[in-house]
Amino acid sequence: MTPIIEVKNIKKRFKKQLVLDSVSIEVQPGSIYALLGANGAGKSTLLKIITGLLDSDQGNVLVNNLTVTKDLHQVQQLFSFSAQTSSVDDILTGYENLVLIAKLRHVAHPKQLALDLLAQFKLTDAAKKRVADYSGGMRRRLDLAMSLVGNPEILFLDEPTTGLDPSSRNDLWQTIRELKSQGKTIFLTTQYLEEADQLADKIGFLGEGKIIATGTPSEMKHLAGSEKLQLIFLTSEQLAQAQTLLTDFKVQLIDEVSINVELPDSMQSVLKILHLLSTNEIEPNTFQVTSPTLDDVFLKLTKGASL
Amino acid sequence: MTFITDTFTLAGRLIKHNLRSLDTIITVILMPIMLLLLMVYLFGGSIEIPGVSHAEYVNYVLPGILLMTIATGSAYTALRINTDKLSGMFDRFKSLPISKSAVLNGQAVASVIFMMTSTLIVLLVGFLIGFRSQANFAEWGLAILILMGFALAITWLSVPFALAAKSVDGASAFSYLVLILLFISSAFVPVTGMPKVIQVFAENQPVTHIIQAIRQLLTAQPIGNHGWIALAWIVAITLISYLLGTRIYRHV
Repeated sequence: MTPIIEVKNIKKRFKKQLVLDSVSIEVQPGSIYALLGANGAGKSTLLKIITGLLDSDQGNVLVNNLTVTKDLHQVQQLFSFSAQTSSVDDILTGYENLVLIAKLRHVAHPKQLALDLLAQFKLTDAAKKRVADYSGGMRRRLDLAMSLVGNPEILFLDEPTTGLDPSSRNDLWQTIRELKSQGKTIFLTTQYLEEADQLADKIGFLGEGKIIATGTPSEMKHLAGSEKLQLIFLTSEQLAQAQTLLTDFKVQLIDEVSINVELPDSMQSVLKILHLLSTNEIEPNTFQVTSPTLDDVFLKLTKGASL
Repeated sequence: MTFITDTFTLAGRLIKHNLRSLDTIITVILMPIMLLLLMVYLFGGSIEIPGVSHAEYVNYVLPGILLMTIATGSAYTALRINTDKLSGMFDRFKSLPISKSAVLNGQAVASVIFMMTSTLIVLLVGFLIGFRSQANFAEWGLAILILMGFALAITWLSVPFALAAKSVDGASAFSYLVLILLFISSAFVPVTGMPKVIQVFAENQPVTHIIQAIRQLLTAQPIGNHGWIALAWIVAITLISYLLGTRIYRHV
């Protein structure tokens, strides 16, 4: 499939500092792409370049095979952009915010569309309230509703859940998944590894202006290594005995009574190890299987990079 | 066509802002009204202006007070533009498939409407405390056009300042410059009493010409060169600020 978004070799300098260094990204239609990176990694700058809000020094961006810098007006019909600050008008009501964007996008029935979107985002009760009185979660929902006016194919969301409480965050994740199931392509930025893991089909790690790794969430986890079995024994003698038995495995010493054993083929290896120990009458006190988190990946990849 | 409807849609949003923050309107008209009362009832009696009796001082001072209303209003124009820049509203608007200039033009339309409304209120207060004009319909029309021109010029002048400012406080600071120009003009007292150097400046700066033109029109006197010079200043300030403002807007 041809990608719906192609970022080719983008370079951007602010004064002397290289903020983006040869960034290339491809996003497939109907997928969720998460651009993951710490504060100041250049996420927002890249998003502004992709959406045509900012010029790059080198490289270009294609959206649906249209060059953003050349055919901006046409490209703008295809996407919406919601900024990090959740740019909603505080003084207007939720309803008025939606009507405003609907009028600017010249949709056929702005008022009806506003009411429909308010209902879809569970904001009907707050429709006539000024946005200044909305909670953080409500603002974000309104922001997303405003992004859906005109039914764009692509949604660019800059840190959509930053500053939300866990329950509003979960709600928003659910909404984003629903939008994907309706066929939207979603390009979001996040500093939360869990969020990328939860939502994305593909993740790009942006560190110090470069894409330092890219792949599916499971590929990312693979990068961090396999699953591990943690064994805790009662005595250090038991541990020493176990070590002699597990020479076929990669063993990592944690402390005097506990070790991590890498599992080349997850459950099979667990059964093999436990069987080996029990036939030799070594009984670990406790054990648990740990999967690497995206945090591990992140730390591994950005080791040495300032965060 | 969409360019015009977009401009008015965006202006409509800001007019709602102005209507909903009544405190804005009050602060904008309060200072000129206070100064009007102060000048007319407190200081006016001690100011000797050749050809103007004490009772007529309100007629002399009102044009300057009207310009002051526009100048204080510009602080809010700058504030609204700066808030939209900082809150990311400009990014939202810029990412929409609308004409690039509609956003700032919408600000300008709303600003001029707001300034002219405030000016009308201050003018009514002027009538209440004894302002009277012998001007005919055409002279009134011309005076109002000059006021609108000044409002437009000051609005656009505020744009580059508002866009460049890093904070809301910085954005509105420029309106003090306009206020200073008002004090160093013939707004409250004739320039002839000022020190020589300041007098030369006061006689030739744009605000004096604009005030003189309006004053002459409202007292049904010939306006001489003041009208043309005022027009030239208004066009020049608007044009330069417009070019500068739209240029900066592209990069914020």
